[in-house]
Amino acid sequence: MTNTTTLRASGGPNWSHRLKDAGFWAEWAALVGLLVLVIVFQALNPTFLSPGNIASMLVAAAILVILAVGQTFVIATAGIDLSIASVMTLGAVVFGQMYQAGLGLGVASLMAVVSAGAAGAVNGVIVARGKITDFIVTLGMLSAASGLALILSDGKPVTVIDPLLLRLSTTGIGIFGWSFVIAIVVAVVAHVVLFHTRFGTHLLATGGSPESATAMGISTARIKIAVYLISGLLAGLGAILLVGRIGAAEPAANTAFLLNSVAAVVLGGVSLFGGRGTIVGPFFGALLLIALVNGLTLLGVSQFYQPLAVGIVVVLAALLMRFQK
Amino acid sequence: MTEQPQVAEKTAQPPRDVLLSCDDVSLSFGNVRALVDVSLTLRPGEITALVGDNGAGKSTLVRCVSGIHRPDRGTITFDGARTDFHSPEDAREAGIETVHQNLALVEDLTVWQNLFLNREIVRRLGPVGLLDRRAMQSRAREMVATLAVNVPAVGSRVRRLSGGQRQAVAICRAAGFSSKLVIMDEPTAALGVQETARVEELVFRLRDEGHAVLIISHNFAQVIRLSQQVWVMRAGRCVGGRRTAETTGEEIVGLVTGAIGS
Repeated sequence: MTNTTTLRASGGPNWSHRLKDAGFWAEWAALVGLLVLVIVFQALNPTFLSPGNIASMLVAAAILVILAVGQTFVIATAGIDLSIASVMTLGAVVFGQMYQAGLGLGVASLMAVVSAGAAGAVNGVIVARGKITDFIVTLGMLSAASGLALILSDGKPVTVIDPLLLRLSTTGIGIFGWSFVIAIVVAVVAHVVLFHTRFGTHLLATGGSPESATAMGISTARIKIAVYLISGLLAGLGAILLVGRIGAAEPAANTAFLLNSVAAVVLGGVSLFGGRGTIVGPFFGALLLIALVNGLTLLGVSQFYQPLAVGIVVVLAALLMRFQK
Repeated sequence: MTEQPQVAEKTAQPPRDVLLSCDDVSLSFGNVRALVDVSLTLRPGEITALVGDNGAGKSTLVRCVSGIHRPDRGTITFDGARTDFHSPEDAREAGIETVHQNLALVEDLTVWQNLFLNREIVRRLGPVGLLDRRAMQSRAREMVATLAVNVPAVGSRVRRLSGGQRQAVAICRAAGFSSKLVIMDEPTAALGVQETARVEELVFRLRDEGHAVLIISHNFAQVIRLSQQVWVMRAGRCVGGRRTAETTGEEIVGLVTGAIGS
């Protein structure tokens, strides 16, 4: 976390200048919201901030952080990846089939990432070259990837018990589980890519004003393909962590992951119209959503109320940001 | 791959009489003959105006020069060499920069990010190239300081700039990167009186820095104020050219409307 914030500070203009920028507050709204939630839940239930609970929250947040990063790249180009969760499911099923066939952890992981990346690339090519709306293309892929996962697995889960994978999801450095460490690395790399490479600038230009980007010689089609590819690859990485966490590769729908990945991005102050976004925002947005669900569970609130609470928080956050402008 | 743009050359090659010449340039879109045997020349170090009614072919001609369209027939010679631009990038590399009517700025990016859009300065760290933000910011400050007086900090987002300030940023971008010819498509069409005056000052400063300027304008008073040479287009043809010093607004209007034959 410290890593991302220092990078941001050193690269930007001075602080007094930044404080006047509405985007600055949108960027940190998720962090402020997270702190408020933490204080409220801690006041209501002192076990909320116990090391054990923090550790389990962070592990639970890892996959969502990774998906939110992928979603951020797509949304920053004014697109949306509705297929991100089912592509993750596809990756998990491919992992399971490969592992079951005895190809080992390495090959299974690689194939999970490759298959999910391929699905993302297909999204990107159809959006960019076929000039079809992101919404429709990825909605189609949502269904296609889930279907493919069902076909490949014949609808049955595959149990995956691998010592290394088990260590990945159960051990770590202090309260930071390995899966969360991976998520942090992904977020830091994504931040550097978005704000410190030509690709990142071209990505934001493509989202902000495709006509201007094209006039300056940027290939917006290539940027579009790249962001969907990245989103797919990260969904594949998420798939490996998911299999490790559940101990099985299931052809389940994982709808909550889709909704929460978009919700984390919105909470993180990334504009759905593209051109404007951070990685820090969606990162804290994902932590906020996980803390919300965890806190409600600790307070004994029925599971049925949790999606309702998430929905209310997301819409409230979107409204707040609207008024900021 | 490091893209280190050079400072605009003030001491260009020995003055030639002609920087750009279009010879019998024709272009049709289907049955529409947008350009018919257009011939005109531009001198280096001058402001040349291109006037004509809507649909006269001014923008189409400019798009041929800046590499967006390719003429069906005729040749365009720039800086002594025959051109064959396949894209705006080719034209930019040859030294022709265009300030589009919509300015081609990205509102959510900062002034310096827009100035360096697709020409970012990169530091190589092994296989990865990281943006040299500091270098771009300080170069952007120089670019803005030499030309525009009214542009705020280069770190501010374009969204917060006024119309005139945006125009100034777009012109600064075109003037940088050692361009020899800057084309402007109606640069003051959407501006108020004061901002128009500022942009006109900027155009003069561009010329004084050694850039040739080709400006499309509907404002005849402005054409007389700014330019040294006027070319008039009507119905896809170039119907006349005048030294501005030797003509009047009435004569240009006459040429534009066809009241005066060429």
